[in-house]
Amino acid sequence: MSFLVLEGIQKRFGPAVAVEDFNLNAEKGEFVSFLGPSGCGKTTTLRMIAGFEVPSAGSISIDGTDVTNRPPNRRNVGMVFQSYALFPNMNVADNIGFGLRVRKRPKDQIRKRVAELLELINLPDKGGRYPYQLSGGQQQRVALARALAIEPEVLLLDEPLSALDAKIRVALRKEIRSIQRQLGITTVYVTHDQEEAMSLSDRVVVMSEGRVEQIGPPPEIYNFPATPFVASFVGTLNLLPATVVDGASGRVSVDGQEIVGSKSVKPGPVTVALRPEAVELGEAGGANRLRGTIEDVSFLGSIVRTRIRVANDASLSFDQFNDPALAPASIGDAVTVSFPTEATLILEGTASATAAIEEAIAEV
Amino acid sequence: MTNVGIGARAPGALESIQGSAQDRRRPVRFGRIWPWVVFIAGFVYFFLPLVATLEFSLRARPAGAAYTNVLKDPQFSGTLLYSFVVGVITIIVSIAIIVPTAYWVRLRLPRIRPLVEFVTLMPFVIPPVILVFGLIRSYSGAPFHLTNVSFGSDLLLVAAYTVLSFPYMYRAVDTGLRSIDVRTLTEAAQSMGAGWGRILLQVILPNLRVSLLSGAFLTLAIVIGEYTIASFLIGQKAFGPYLSHLGQNKSYEPAAVSLISFGLTWAAMGVIALLGRSAQGRRGGIQVAGGH
Repeated sequence: MSFLVLEGIQKRFGPAVAVEDFNLNAEKGEFVSFLGPSGCGKTTTLRMIAGFEVPSAGSISIDGTDVTNRPPNRRNVGMVFQSYALFPNMNVADNIGFGLRVRKRPKDQIRKRVAELLELINLPDKGGRYPYQLSGGQQQRVALARALAIEPEVLLLDEPLSALDAKIRVALRKEIRSIQRQLGITTVYVTHDQEEAMSLSDRVVVMSEGRVEQIGPPPEIYNFPATPFVASFVGTLNLLPATVVDGASGRVSVDGQEIVGSKSVKPGPVTVALRPEAVELGEAGGANRLRGTIEDVSFLGSIVRTRIRVANDASLSFDQFNDPALAPASIGDAVTVSFPTEATLILEGTASATAAIEEAIAEV
Repeated sequence: MTNVGIGARAPGALESIQGSAQDRRRPVRFGRIWPWVVFIAGFVYFFLPLVATLEFSLRARPAGAAYTNVLKDPQFSGTLLYSFVVGVITIIVSIAIIVPTAYWVRLRLPRIRPLVEFVTLMPFVIPPVILVFGLIRSYSGAPFHLTNVSFGSDLLLVAAYTVLSFPYMYRAVDTGLRSIDVRTLTEAAQSMGAGWGRILLQVILPNLRVSLLSGAFLTLAIVIGEYTIASFLIGQKAFGPYLSHLGQNKSYEPAAVSLISFGLTWAAMGVIALLGRSAQGRRGGIQVAGGH
C-alpha cells in the first residue's frame, strides 16, 4: 500500500474540466513533481491533496486513511506557497511556531522545536525578525520551516521558487531537496520549470490540459517520452513531419529522405522526434542520415547549436561541444548529419498536432 | 468682416507660439505662489472660526469662567462619558459584524460584494430620523417593550449607531483586506490546523490594525456628536443633545464645549496617526523586501 494515493481524481468547475482521471501512488519519502504549462491542472490537484478543493470524483488517502472530504485544517499536510504567505503580524519564530500553538503544545517544547527548525533552514539568529525584514529567499525558507514544524505526513510545495532570482532559485532548490531527504518526508512539488522538476524529483508527473501525460523517473521522461506533448515539453526537441514508408520496420520518409525509427509504426502521418544532443555533424553519428543546408549557428558557451533545413517544412537543430580549434560552419553550407536509430523517436500524429504542441510550449 | 475675424485671431495664435518660451518659466513662478494662496485660504477657512470661537469663549467674566463652568458641570462629563462608552460598544459590535462579513465576502462570495456595499451605504440614503422612528415603532411595542426601560433604549441606541458606522467600517476593513493576501494567508493557517475563529483573531484581525483604527475613529466621532437619534431615544443623557441644550440656554459655554470636544477629537486623530505610522513603515519594508 502506497503512502499517498490519488485514485481517479476529477475536478470540474461548472462545465470546465480542470483535472480528469488523475491516478498516483507515491511511496513514503518519495519526491514527486507535477510538471506542466499553466492551466494544466497541476496546482488544482495539489490543492485537492491539501484539502482546499474537493474532488468532483475519486478519492485521496494518506497513510491508508481516506481524507477526500476532510477539511484542510484536519489533514496533517504542510504547504508552501509561491507568495511565501508568512503572517506579516508575527515574527519568524511565531510564524514557525503557529502550527504548534494550534496543536496546544507546551511553550518550552515549541521554543525548542522552533530553534531546531531555524537551525535546519540556516537562519539560527533570525527568530526575532519580521517577514518584511527578510529577503525573498529567507522568507521562503521560513515558510518551509513553518510547514515542517507540524511534522506533516505530506509536504506540498506550490511553485515555491517562482518568485525568486535565478541564483537563489538553484541554491534553495538544493536546500529543499537535502532537507526533504534528511527528514524523509513525502513531498509533492508543483512547477512549470522542467529543469526544476528533473533535478529534484524521484518521479515526475507531466500534465497537460487536465490529463496526466506520463508518470516516471526524470531519465525515463526525458529519454522515452510517452506522448508528443511530453517529448516536446521536456527538453529541446526537433520535430520533423514525415510519412511512413514501411511501418513494420519503422522506415519513414522526411521529404524524400528515408530514415529508420526505433520501433514499428502504424501507417499515416507521423512526426520524427530527435534530441539535439543525439545528432552529429558528418556520417559517424549513426545509421540515419539527413542532408540539409545550415540556416543558423548560435554560440551558447560550452556548446554550439546549429540549425539546418532538411526540407521545406522541416528544420533540425543539433549541438556540438565548443572547440576553439574547430572552424565555425557558415550559413548556407550543405551538410550531412547522422544519428542512431535508437534515438529516432517516431510519434504518431499529424503536423497540426505538432503545431499545437509547439503553441502550448510557446505559452509557457 | 471675415478678414477682420481672421486678422483678430492671427495675432493671438502668434502670441501663443511666442509665449511658449516663457511658458517654461511660468509654472515655476505660479508653483511658488499658488500653493501658498490655497494653503492660506484653507488655513483661514478652517481656523478663523476656531479663533473666533476661542475669542468669544474667553469674553466670559471672570476670565475662563466658561471653561470652569463647563468642566464643573457634572452633566458635561456625564454625557461625554456616556456617549464615549456607547461609542466604544458600538465600535466593538460593528467590528464583530463587519470583519467576518467583509472577510467572508472577499474569500468566498466576491460576487455579492456590490450588494453588501450597497447595504452598508444605506445610512447615507435613509435619514437618521427615519431609522430612529423605525426602531421605536418596531421595538417599543409587544413583544419587546425595549423603550420602557433605560437599558432597552441604550441597546437601541447602540444598534442604531452600529448601522450608522457600517459605511465607514466596511470601507475601512475592505481596504485593509485588499492590502493583504487574504486567501493565501487563510490557506496557510488552515494547512497548519487553524480553525475559522483562530484565523480571524490571530491572522486577519492583527493585520487590519490601521483599518480598524480609522474605522473606529470615524465611528467614535459620529457617535459623540450625533444628535437626532440620541434625542429621540434617550434625550440629554447623550453628549449631542446636551450640547444642543447648552447652546439654547447659555452664551459662552457652548463655545468652550466646542473647543474642548475639538481638542479631544484632534488628540484621538493624533493617536491614530501615530499608531498608523509604525504600521506604514512596516508595509514599506515589505515592498523593499519584495524587491530582492
